[in-house]
Amino acid sequence: MRFSGWRVLREGLTGNRGWRPHWRDAAPKSEYDVVIIGGGGHGLATAYYLAKNHGIANVAVLEKGYLGGGNVGRNTTIVRANYMMPGNSEFYSHSLRLWEGLEADLNYNVMHSQRGQIVLFHSDGQRDAGARRGNAMINQGDDAELLSRADLRRMVPYLDYDNARFPIYGGLLQRRAGTARHDAVAWGYARGASERGVDIIQNCEVTGIDTKGGAVTGVQTTRGAIRARKVAIIVAGRSSQVAAMAGMRLPIESHILQAFVTEGLKPCIDHVISFGMGHFYISQSDKGGLVFGGDLDMYASYAARGNLPMVEHVMEAGMTLMPMIGKARVLRSWGGIMDMTPDGSPIIDRTHIEGLYLDAGWCYGGFKAVPGSGFSMAHLVATDRHHPPAARYRLDRFRTGRGLMDEEGTGSQHNLH
Amino acid sequence: MRITCPICGPRDRREFYYQGAAVAIERPAPDAGAEVWDDYLHNRDNPAGETRDLWYHESGCAAWIVVTRDTNTHEVMGAELADDAKAERP
Repeated sequence: MRFSGWRVLREGLTGNRGWRPHWRDAAPKSEYDVVIIGGGGHGLATAYYLAKNHGIANVAVLEKGYLGGGNVGRNTTIVRANYMMPGNSEFYSHSLRLWEGLEADLNYNVMHSQRGQIVLFHSDGQRDAGARRGNAMINQGDDAELLSRADLRRMVPYLDYDNARFPIYGGLLQRRAGTARHDAVAWGYARGASERGVDIIQNCEVTGIDTKGGAVTGVQTTRGAIRARKVAIIVAGRSSQVAAMAGMRLPIESHILQAFVTEGLKPCIDHVISFGMGHFYISQSDKGGLVFGGDLDMYASYAARGNLPMVEHVMEAGMTLMPMIGKARVLRSWGGIMDMTPDGSPIIDRTHIEGLYLDAGWCYGGFKAVPGSGFSMAHLVATDRHHPPAARYRLDRFRTGRGLMDEEGTGSQHNLH
Repeated sequence: MRITCPICGPRDRREFYYQGAAVAIERPAPDAGAEVWDDYLHNRDNPAGETRDLWYHESGCAAWIVVTRDTNTHEVMGAELADDAKAERP
């Protein structure tokens, strides 16, 4: 089933009776070439690119809950490529380029909206840091513009420019950054993978990883044993538990990150605005809700909901940045479970077990990485070679100290990112 | 979330600074080798369920404490001084 303007018109005129499910809800077979543990954005994207780029379609995606019910449905939908460290820089740049062709590639409306992201600065020193980051972004082949206070004021007049503690000096704008509809990304990749022969198996929890002589042979699940030549762990948020089934301890601590949405309002915030000093970022969904989030609660958690001190902090930061937000009423809040690594950057690598691969540690950057991670992970699983844009995401960098990607410059240590 | 400090009693979570897993009180010997040190510094059990982590009563008595918590529910089961936890180790 292809989507098009003509198809929408025809269905509209014939009672919308022609729409079909977007993907097959498959039952597990006893054997696959590749089993992907985790039916989130990254797992589905990996399955899609395995089939599309490498011709490997005898693939199962095993999801313990329902498709799109994990972190891909629990983020703040921001897509950007404003990283600076070698490793992150080329990876997110590649991912953003994939985003730009994603809807045509998938024939699916993921509502990718390049509305621009503005990172605010509040001092001369921060302006210099913003200029440096902007130059790094231009060097990596992406766009960046340094906005003066007057430029910014014309674009977003509603900020509190003269705040006593954080006066706004300007912002770093990436026009190609923006947002996308998170659920649609999962559905679009699921549809594309399913059309190419991938089995998407929901309500199928992996309970064990089978190995023999140092090589993976399959997985045990709540729906029976499945043999596989290769197994990919792509379960950010739960990586430690699944890796433990293969006897691995990961450099990961799981943390809670909260986000919020207000009641639907008329269009008022046209960009993604990041207020780093308040750990606050905000955009407006196409439905009208103001979607915003804060910093980690800063303790290990799998609860998928946070505590009140961070709720209070986020609301205070919002009021500090844009006092008009005080008139909006918060509708919902939720939490995502973050795989936090010591240096704040992810892992796409082989493991010590032959045929077992790991895609994990996405910290708070997982959503925008979905296409890039799927593309690079599929390359690694199919060819056993690292894909150049993700070649630095090695699992052993913490042990060796080589190639750490500490984007914030705070040190490679748990609890600092 | 409220944490019961062994010295001050039950206090709001905001009074405490979170350091991380309680492995920090099991520091290896300086000559234990690179593998042991890598494991100590980076790798974590990261359990979904009962965990023990190290907190600092920053806005209180300044004690380092080991808190036993449930990471699925945020229930705090107990806390003891890090010194005592260290002394109890086998």
